[in-house]
Amino acid sequence: MSSDVLNGTARILRRLGGAVTGGISRLGFAARFLVAIVWHSPQAFRRFRLTMREIYFSGVLSLVIILLSGLFVGMVLSLQGYETLKRYGADEQLGILVALSLVRELGPVMAGLLFASRAGSAITAEIGLMKTTEQLSAMEMMAVDPLARVIAPRFWGGVISMPLLAALFSAFGIFGGYLVGVRLIGIDNGAFWGQMQAAVDFWPDITDGIIKSLVFGVAVSLIAVFEGYDAKPTAEGVSAATTRTVVISSLAILALDFVMTVFMFRAGNV
Amino acid sequence: MLAVPNASSSNLLTETCHLDPAAAAIELDDVSFAYDRRPVLQGITMKVPPGKIVAIMGGSGCGKTTILRLIGGQIKPHSGKVLVAGQSVPDLEPEALYALRRKCGMLFQFGALFTDMSVFENIAFPMREHTQLPQELIRDLVLMKLHAVGLRGAADLMPAELSGGMARRVALARAIALDPMLVMYDEPFAGLDPISLGVVGQLIRRLNDALGTTSVVVTHDVYESLKIVDYLYFVSEGRIVAQGTPDAVRESKDAFVRQFVDGEADGPVPFHYPAQSYRKDLFADVQ
Repeated sequence: MSSDVLNGTARILRRLGGAVTGGISRLGFAARFLVAIVWHSPQAFRRFRLTMREIYFSGVLSLVIILLSGLFVGMVLSLQGYETLKRYGADEQLGILVALSLVRELGPVMAGLLFASRAGSAITAEIGLMKTTEQLSAMEMMAVDPLARVIAPRFWGGVISMPLLAALFSAFGIFGGYLVGVRLIGIDNGAFWGQMQAAVDFWPDITDGIIKSLVFGVAVSLIAVFEGYDAKPTAEGVSAATTRTVVISSLAILALDFVMTVFMFRAGNV
Repeated sequence: MLAVPNASSSNLLTETCHLDPAAAAIELDDVSFAYDRRPVLQGITMKVPPGKIVAIMGGSGCGKTTILRLIGGQIKPHSGKVLVAGQSVPDLEPEALYALRRKCGMLFQFGALFTDMSVFENIAFPMREHTQLPQELIRDLVLMKLHAVGLRGAADLMPAELSGGMARRVALARAIALDPMLVMYDEPFAGLDPISLGVVGQLIRRLNDALGTTSVVVTHDVYESLKIVDYLYFVSEGRIVAQGTPDAVRESKDAFVRQFVDGEADGPVPFHYPAQSYRKDLFADVQ
């Protein structure tokens, strides 16, 4: 009986150890992968049209979901914010609330989460399928490095698209806030925009948002290309990799957001 | 009659690698390889003379494709030598390996065409990547390659619009895009109808002769291979179990060769996967 318990405990510990060392080894592989991408980037940048193409696929094709989500988030934020501010007689501060929430937090985070689901999953699935159908091997055998030809352009396409999408998300969110706050509820138009103009600074409010969206762009793009490249070359493998991209990216965005916000508070930026 | 473009490779390549023209195109000497601890190849020794077509035959999972991956430098042997045109492939630095690969073409089992590019762009891909040729010349070369495989009219189609046989022919045109010295074929006949199979087989032979390349064909299609190749190696469980010319293979009394050529279900390659006794398995519950 006691030997059964011991064996069971040992098995659990072995699995736990295996999972931890496996996770660390994968993290190390991802770090080396990032270094390899950066190393091959000059080669990719020499033919910038490849990156432009990826900006189109990751960025332009994500516009509809980003803009509509931004609009609705801004509208809801305005509605909820008004209900709270009204209690303290500060309903004219609605413009500040909407703008700061979007520019500092919701814009980068929500755009990041949507980007991970829309573009990140597509990048992983595409690279995973290229691996499954031996397209990456074929490229290697043609003396064309897939890191420079396939991976680096997709990575940089995501990194460049992400801050632009976050900015557009915030802009449409503010517009949504304006529609509900000014047009629907009837807050004074001048107060809405004037308060916002006075309270929202380029440095640090907007720059913090830009920094966050850039970091999210790097994180989501790295996870997406890495998961695709590391996917098992089977249908299940690609499906699992796509799911992992969305789950890990979402968690990474939320965790990184917390860490960066703490640092930004500590730096007195916020 | 097939028209085959025969432009000199040196005209197309911007960078050359130092190859020994007198050496055997490919030489494997006592090569062993294992995935993790599972041995895949054991003591493989073979030679492929320049300008010849050599087939590597064997059942699924016997290590045939692994031999191609060793030749292409995608994996390194655990022991033994892999020489291509006199160069030791496992010892090549990445740049030298890529320079060697520019002289090689490979046809993958299901074509591995780039699905986001048209047929034309697929064939132009290696030319655009490795040469500074003007667009007009690339266009002409691509059309010549497509004409050689009979698909000039399909230049604007996307890979998804091609049948299996057509995709294989396009992949063949792409494999010879830079007039390689060596072409490797991984299961070129798999899943093809009899007409496509014959067409691909004849293309391999004619293109090999017209371009003066060396070809290694990994396949399990005995009849098609016997028609087109110069020499055959039979691989089973990671070892070379028989070899010879097509005529010698046809007349061979070797048990493995006979089982393979005649398509017998049982023989040196057993029908049953290793297991404990049938009786034991059936009566395990009773006991």
